[in-house]
Amino acid sequence: MNTILRAKNIHKSYKMGKARLEVLKGVDLTVPKGRLVAIIGASGCGKSTLLHILGALDTPDQGDVEFDGQNLKTFRRSKLDQFRNKKVGFVFQFYHLLDELSVLENVLVPAMASTGTLGWFNLREKAENKAKVLLERFGLKERLRHKPYELSGGERQRVAIARALINDPPLLLADEPTGNLDSRTGHGILEALKELNAEGQTMIMVTHDERIAAQAQTVIRLVDGKIKQAE
Amino acid sequence: MYKWILASRYFLKRPITILAVSAVSLCVFIVIVVMTVMNGLVIDFKEKNHNFVGDCVVESDSLVGFGYYEEFLERLKNESSVLAASPVSKGVAMAVMPRIDKNNNFGVEIYGIDPVLHSRTTTFSQTLYYTKDTLKTFEPEYDPQRPGCVPGVDVIPGRRQSDGGYYHWDSPVGLEFIISAFPLNSKGALARAGTDLVSTKSFYYSDDSHSGLARADGSVIYLPLQQAQILCGMDTPFKRISSIHIKFKEDISVPDGVEKIQSLWNDFCEQYKNKPGADLFDNVRVQSWQVNRRSIIAPMETEQVMMMVAFMMLGVITVFIIFVVLYMIISHKSKDIGILKSVGVPVRGILTVFLLFSVFVGLIGASLGSIAGYAFLVKVNDLEGWLHAKYQWQLWDRTMYAIGDIPNTIELPVIAAIFVSALAACIIGGLVPSLQAARKKPVESLQVNQL
Repeated sequence: MNTILRAKNIHKSYKMGKARLEVLKGVDLTVPKGRLVAIIGASGCGKSTLLHILGALDTPDQGDVEFDGQNLKTFRRSKLDQFRNKKVGFVFQFYHLLDELSVLENVLVPAMASTGTLGWFNLREKAENKAKVLLERFGLKERLRHKPYELSGGERQRVAIARALINDPPLLLADEPTGNLDSRTGHGILEALKELNAEGQTMIMVTHDERIAAQAQTVIRLVDGKIKQAE
Repeated sequence: MYKWILASRYFLKRPITILAVSAVSLCVFIVIVVMTVMNGLVIDFKEKNHNFVGDCVVESDSLVGFGYYEEFLERLKNESSVLAASPVSKGVAMAVMPRIDKNNNFGVEIYGIDPVLHSRTTTFSQTLYYTKDTLKTFEPEYDPQRPGCVPGVDVIPGRRQSDGGYYHWDSPVGLEFIISAFPLNSKGALARAGTDLVSTKSFYYSDDSHSGLARADGSVIYLPLQQAQILCGMDTPFKRISSIHIKFKEDISVPDGVEKIQSLWNDFCEQYKNKPGADLFDNVRVQSWQVNRRSIIAPMETEQVMMMVAFMMLGVITVFIIFVVLYMIISHKSKDIGILKSVGVPVRGILTVFLLFSVFVGLIGASLGSIAGYAFLVKVNDLEGWLHAKYQWQLWDRTMYAIGDIPNTIELPVIAAIFVSALAACIIGGLVPSLQAARKKPVESLQVNQL
């Protein structure tokens, strides 16, 4: 099976007052295309940090991340922006939607960011149609003009998933996507993600919930900054 | 496209932007109003000085004056750049108005002029109230045989009204001015030492002159040239005057004209250097009106510069307010910046969002301030009139300052410059926090660096 993402010897530490806290202590990870990978571990073990490094939201102190065989370290700033725009989609625990924009506009932001103002006039119709299809799929057809604060937690998370998918990224990174939802809503979100994975979407999901992790094809257990086992 | 959408939404949805827009519009309003009024005052003041002296002045520094002026006037007549020239004899004197207070001697400056020539050279005729025919300027209407005089409008006390106007009789009244001067000979000594030291003569009010210049209106009394020469001792041993005022033809610029007159004067001095009294030419200067009135205009120009500096500081405060407002907005939008970065928005994209926001603040604020400033200036005199009528309040006390209406001539280039400056101030004020926001790491902005 083709590897989409490979992380080698990832180290990351943070300064905490005068002390330095080592969060990741040499993480090695390989993600094949089309897999749903769950990273599980106790709170504070470095799961989110690892996910941010894999998605180029943060940089490791040491080690390399390769995406489709290309080392992210060699990317210039503009290429990293393109990487985040086209190659990965993020789903955060707290949804992270823009309050000033409507549901539809939130989903369209990555598409807008991929082109200039003039280019957007060419792309707009196609992107809007796609966004509507995605939102319809996630049961938000009637909510296009609503603002995020008018939606429930589950609806917001589905908007966030639609936003993550608008540019057809090969990799979806989800950081505790059900962590802020009740179990029924969380289950719905998980089903949606599994459905996407079934259609071939590669996905890395961070969770601290064993039952959610059990839904993944690969479970990576992070303990004390290192991968304890991969199942 | 997201840049325009986000910038406009931040602008419309954030109540704090009202503060920023208000600050900008208030600053623009104040600067437009003050600059227009101040600029108007300076331009008006310069114009009045220009009108008062003409384009060029050939003037002696000495009270003694200089001679052979008639010969020089002949030369000026033949000079193609000169439209008109007026000889003036000036001196200091004491005056008494017996009908008002016979014991009150007050100091005046006497200006001996030929009213026809002086009206061609300056706007003297326009400063007169009663006179229609300048030939009759010094002929009192009530008794043309008496020697007339034209005092400045403030020389006769108690005529200024609170609205800036002056009380005028229906026709000139028979006010006598007893004027006493100390005649000087061509050497600068008292001309009549040992006899009567003082020349005294009565003149009768024939009109008054309102030039709008406080000093001239408050202390100058115009007399017929010949009479002034007698009073000042400039009639012997050869006729002298203090200055020649010159007006150039329309197509002649003041510097070019002054240069020609200087050359003409140099030639004249050379030719007359061996004549008696030629040494008085050493005290004579050929000056443009600006140089001649420099000591009067300069303080006002300095005041204008000071005001400009003060208002530039107001501009700095605007930049600071915008900076603070944007800093607050951006601090609250840290999460948005992280979200935008997580979906691949580049640094310049983030920068553009917040700079566009600054531009919106600047455009709307400056537009509102400009419109308000324009409307205020258009109505400022009506407003002041209403305030005066209702509450007896005036911006300037017209009984003290020689100002009629508040200058409100709106200069579009000035408004445009202030508008552009305000916009630039907003962009500068927004630049630093925008740069700070744009350079943040996505994880820092998202505040998700928790483990």
